Parts: sequence; structure tokens; C-alpha cells
Amino acid sequence: MASVFEYAPAPESRAVVDIAPSYGLFIDGEFVEAAEGKVFKTVSPATEEVLAEIAQAGEADVDRAVKAAHKAFEKWSALPGAERAKYLFRIARIIQERSRELAVLETLDNGKPIKETRDADLPLVAAHFFYYAGWADKLDHAGYGANPRPLGVAGQVIPWNFPLLMLAWKIAPALATGNTVVLKPAETTPLSALFFADICRQAGLPKGVVNILPGYGDAGAAVVAHPDVNKVAFTGSTAVGKEIARTVAGTRKKVTLELGGKGANIVFDDAPIDQAVEGIVNGIFFNQGQVCCAGSRLLVQESIQDELLDSLKRRLSTLRLGDPLDKNTDIGAINSEEQLTRITSLVEQGEAEGAERWSPACELPESGYWFAPTLFTNVTQAHTVARDEIFGPVLSVLTFRTPDEAVAKANNTPYGLSAGIWTEKGSRILAVANKLRAGVVWSNTFNKFDPTSPFGGYKESGFGREGGRHGLEAYLDV
Amino acid sequence: MSDRLSVFKTYKLYVGGKFPRSESGRVYEVTDSKGSWLANAPQSSRKDARDAVVAARKAFGGWAGATAYNRGQILYRVAEMLEGRKAQFVREVADAEGLSKSKAAEQVDATIDRWVWYAGWTDKIAQVVGGGNPVAGPFFNLSSPEPTGVVAVLAPQDSSFLGLVSVVAPVIATGNTAVVVASEKSPLPALSLGEVLATSDLPGGVVNVLSGRTAEIATPLAAHQDVNAIDLAGADDVLAKELEIAAADNLKRVLRPQPVDEVDWSADPGIDRMTGFLETKTVWHPTGSLGASGSSY
Repeated sequence: MASVFEYAPAPESRAVVDIAPSYGLFIDGEFVEAAEGKVFKTVSPATEEVLAEIAQAGEADVDRAVKAAHKAFEKWSALPGAERAKYLFRIARIIQERSRELAVLETLDNGKPIKETRDADLPLVAAHFFYYAGWADKLDHAGYGANPRPLGVAGQVIPWNFPLLMLAWKIAPALATGNTVVLKPAETTPLSALFFADICRQAGLPKGVVNILPGYGDAGAAVVAHPDVNKVAFTGSTAVGKEIARTVAGTRKKVTLELGGKGANIVFDDAPIDQAVEGIVNGIFFNQGQVCCAGSRLLVQESIQDELLDSLKRRLSTLRLGDPLDKNTDIGAINSEEQLTRITSLVEQGEAEGAERWSPACELPESGYWFAPTLFTNVTQAHTVARDEIFGPVLSVLTFRTPDEAVAKANNTPYGLSAGIWTEKGSRILAVANKLRAGVVWSNTFNKFDPTSPFGGYKESGFGREGGRHGLEAYLDV
Repeated sequence: MSDRLSVFKTYKLYVGGKFPRSESGRVYEVTDSKGSWLANAPQSSRKDARDAVVAARKAFGGWAGATAYNRGQILYRVAEMLEGRKAQFVREVADAEGLSKSKAAEQVDATIDRWVWYAGWTDKIAQVVGGGNPVAGPFFNLSSPEPTGVVAVLAPQDSSFLGLVSVVAPVIATGNTAVVVASEKSPLPALSLGEVLATSDLPGGVVNVLSGRTAEIATPLAAHQDVNAIDLAGADDVLAKELEIAAADNLKRVLRPQPVDEVDWSADPGIDRMTGFLETKTVWHPTGSLGASGSSY
């Protein structure tokens, strides 16, 4: 479809961020080289340009960081809550001040559109620190008994889809409750965590309270297995989550896991179609679908299937894919070559199994990792694309006739993270929401997040909650 | 008049509201603390464990969907039924744990009171651990606890009745269903509890009681893909670790055993044994805004 209006490029300036050629590990308040001297490169997934060379943490570095965190724990946990709160408020404010810089940085390292980092990731990051800052001196009133104690050293391993936001979800409640932290960012998106280390310096955070160890899965496994780590928090794949659950078996480590999903977005025949289409698009194409709570299965009531799909396809044809730094871009780059390969192979499998594939006319840039928004119709519950988490901009469309069938299909997955309901009938929303085995249910909306709102899964989507009063429990000895 | 010959009880499992023998046909000898024979208890097999899971799953929807008030009344009814059969349980607990009659009576009293405590919790826990969240936007946002599902419960080995009820009652109070593995050496109070539950309006399958070798029954339960959680109270450290590893395969919620020196079943139970088997569901909805233009979707 030829566009009536052409868009002029509207790139956000890169000048606001200064990326150094190389970065060390952040241990005990200092940037240091890795013990084994290893480094890796982080690239911009939109261009494959090398952004920086990063020290790669190994087992010895993990040990060193855990020791630093362990040492810092005594003083940090003994600080009056009001003082810990002020450090966190400082961090929240510095993030707000530097939010444009961090948004551009995140877009460069992750490949997601600047529209999202600027309007979703960064505001939520600052809000999360601001929220948990306020809890630090009110823990007696949080419902976990008087004077609840921190656990000690929290080992935290986070993914690449929301690098700084996942850091915030992990670090803010950990510090508010008096724990110290060893955090391993994902190997494809280490930069914002390293910039966060600089924010800790600016905030005057005591040494060793936050330690950042860029590295690969082996470093993450070493963090999880370290005997002096008292708490493990992980966001990532269900396969790794299960491995972590095995590793900590028989120990006293407290664990929270925020894992994969295959969220159902259920559209009933009385739903407001235009709003539902926006919600569906937001549900699966936000962050290129690389979202654990994505609405990757569209369950549409049979009677409105044609109308809804026509409308959805028309809307998808207007999405703009390209330079993530362009302020008009809707769909950015896939985070890595590895992820692109995975998406590609699952989509090919979907076609091979007989599902019908559709994408809007969409020109992909020549360099970088890109995947066009994709719809599958004629999908059955047995199809791989209806069962496996694709973690990409790929929506599988299934149909249903009755609310009971919708619920049965929505729940027919080992996952249980999110779901969506679209209908104008209030009692139906409540009845369906009640039956869905999912930790977050969005009705007549999708992909909304807030620091006060607990987030986390049922079944194999993991356990424990992040956000809200509930999120404190993961970091307290209760 | 000659001494009357007493009638022994055949102890049976309690599964799906019925009282079957082990499908394996096996029994094992249960003795008192001095080694005298008390009864032959069913020695449950893997198949019995799987059957119990099927019964518990079947009962889950109805029990989780019952009103909290209704669940509370049923748990209270359990206490009422127990009160009437106190003498039997005092005898069984005294035999099982080698306690004097008065000490055993204390245990049974505390156990009955524990049912009353949890009966009162059923319609309060949601207000204590759930609630509205003040999100920064035009949304109604509510978090509510929901039961995790089918919970395998390894009852404590030493406290055959108070310990047993202390781990079973919190699981079902919130709407979960349970497959309970009774104390291996002292299963009789647990098997008799099945008879009480069966006459307390508790729907069949909400609690299923198996006796036998703890490790033999617990291993298939920990690996079972349709079990959502496991309470390891009755496992020793070695078994607990093995079971926790097996439980990771479908990410069961695991409640680890308390260190031996910290176990005190007579202490205030708190709410941890309920919250350990609850999931938090958060539901969002736009609030709209009257008198303002534009859509809040």
C-alpha cells in the first residue's frame, strides 16, 4: 500500500550520550578488568556497529563481587531505612535528569524504538526507584511483621529485552530492604547497567552495595551457585529458570523467577474493534514482541474474525519499521542475530506445519537484525507457533465460539504470565479474568506496567512477584 | 461375663472421597512407640499417588470456586466432628507418639483449635494479602490471591496429628486441593482424619490421604506434571533436595522443610503456610473519566 503521506526522517540525536570505547566490571565501587582479561563486544542490533568493548566476568570476578557485596551488607543493612531511602530517591532523580541520555543509549544497545525507551522504559525505571525508595523506612508497616530483615547478598540475572527496567525491578526493592546486589546484565545489552554504575557513583552510594558484572550465561550460573549469595532473582527463559531451581535445591537461598509466557489476548464479539486492534498491536509488537508477557496468541470470537483481521491487517500496514532512533519508528531491530535466527526458525516451522503466514509490505534495512511484523492464521492449538514462546513480532490467531472455550484455550499452556480480555460486558470481564490462570490480566488494555502493581506468573512462568508491596517479600527474610 | 473380643479397624486410604486399599495390595506394619503392633496400614504405590492427583485435580475447580465463607464453614465443621471423636484421636496420638493420655489430649485439643483458626482465615486472607494498587494512570488495578492448585503435602514425621493438620489446613483453607503423604511410622491419625473429613461436608478429592513409604510416594508426586506445589515438611534433608530438583521440572512451588531445631507445631502458625501456596493475580481495567474528552483505552 503506497503511503499517502511520506514521513521525513526524525532522528533523535546520538550526541546526548557518550559511549566510551571500553568498560570494565563494576566491583566494590570501581571499574576493573576481568580477572582472566576476557572482553566481548556489544553491538547496535540496528546497524551491527560495535558500540564498546566490555570486560567479561568469570567465576573469579563473581567471587570478588560477592565478597564486596557481602562486606558492604553489614553497614548497608544497618543504615536507618530513611537513609537508604534517600540514596534511592537520589538515584531516581538522577535517572530522571539523565533519562534522555539513557533512552538513547538503551535504543542503541537494544535496538528498540526511541519512542519506547523515552516514553515507557525510562519513566518506569525512575518511577520504580522512586516507589521503592519510599518503602525503605516503612518496612514495619508492610505486613511482614515488625522489623523484617533483609536476606544478605542478592544475586540477580536479567535479560536483554528491557535492560534498564529489569535492573530497576531487581535493584530498587533489593536496596530498599537492605540487601546488597551482584547483578549480571545480558551479554547483548550491558551498557545501560554500566551507566547505572556511574549513577550509583553520582548518588554517593557506598562501595560494594551494587556490583555489576557483564558477562555470559556462565557468569550468571556462577552468581546463582555462589554459596554466599542468599537470594537469587532471575528474569529470562523458562529453561534457564528450571536450571536455577535445580541449582538452588537443598540450599536456603530464596528464589524468585520471572520467566516465559504465551499470553492469550481474548477478543469477544462485542469488543470495541478499533481499541482492541490497538491493544493487540501493542500486545505483540511492543518491543518487537520480545516481551515475556506479550499477547502472542490472539483468541478471537469466530463471528468477528474476518472483521477483526481486516482491521488488524490494515493497522499493521501502517506500522513503520526502521531506524530505532527515529522518533516515528514503531518497530525496531531484533536484539541479536541469535534471537533473529530463533524467530526465523520458529516462523518457518509454523509455515511448514500448515499455518498461514502474512506480513504487511515492509522493507527491511540491509544491515542489522530485522523481522517484519507477522501474523499466522489457521492456527490450531497443536501448532508450534501456538505453543512455544517465539519472543518476536509474531502473532498466532486462533478462534473460539463460547467464553468457556476461550478460557480453556487461553489456559492450555504450561505458561501463565499474562492475558488480555476485550469486551464491553463488565460481568464477562470479571468472570473470564477469574478463570484465567495468569498473573496479570489486562482487560480492555494491554501491556500496562506500574511500580505499584505486582507482576509475575503462574505455573511455568515462574514464581514470586515484582512490584508493589508484594515485591518486598522476595527480599525479606519472611 | 467373659472379656469381649474387640473389633479391629481396617485402616484404608482416603482418595477422592472414598476409602480404597492400596491398588498394590500391599500393607505394612504400624507399631506403637514400644514396638507393639497397632495395625496394618496401606503401603501406597506410585499408582495410588497418581490416582490421588487425578482426584485432587478434579476437585480443584469446585473447591477453589467455592465461596470463602463456605470453605470456612466446612473447615469449622471438621473441628466440630473432631471434637466428637476426640477420645479416638487421643488414643491414636498417644500410641503413635508414645505420649501420656494427658499430653496426647493437649495435642488433639491444639489440633482441633488449629482447624478453627484456619476456618476463620478463609474469608480474610484475600484482604490481608491482596488489594487495590494506586497505579499512575486511569486504571482500576486489583491484586487478589488465588490458590496455586494441587499441592503435594508431606506431613511431618514426628507430629502425627498436630503437625499433620498444621500443614494440611492452610493448604485447603485458601482453595487448593491436597495429596497428603502421612507420617511413615505414625500414619493412623492421618488415616482416621480421612474419616472425619468425609463426614464434614468437605467435597471428595479436596484432601487425599496416602500412607506408606514417604520417599516412594513423594518421588512420583514431586515429578508429577499436574502437581503445582509441594510442601516438604516430612522430608529429611537428602530426600528434600532430591524432591526439590524433581519439582523444578514444572516449576512447582516448593516449601522447604524447616530446620529440625526450629520446628514447633504448637507455636502461632502465622500466615506463611497459606501464602506459600497462593498466586497473586493482578487485573487492570481502564477507569475512563466522566466529563473529559477522549478515550481512556
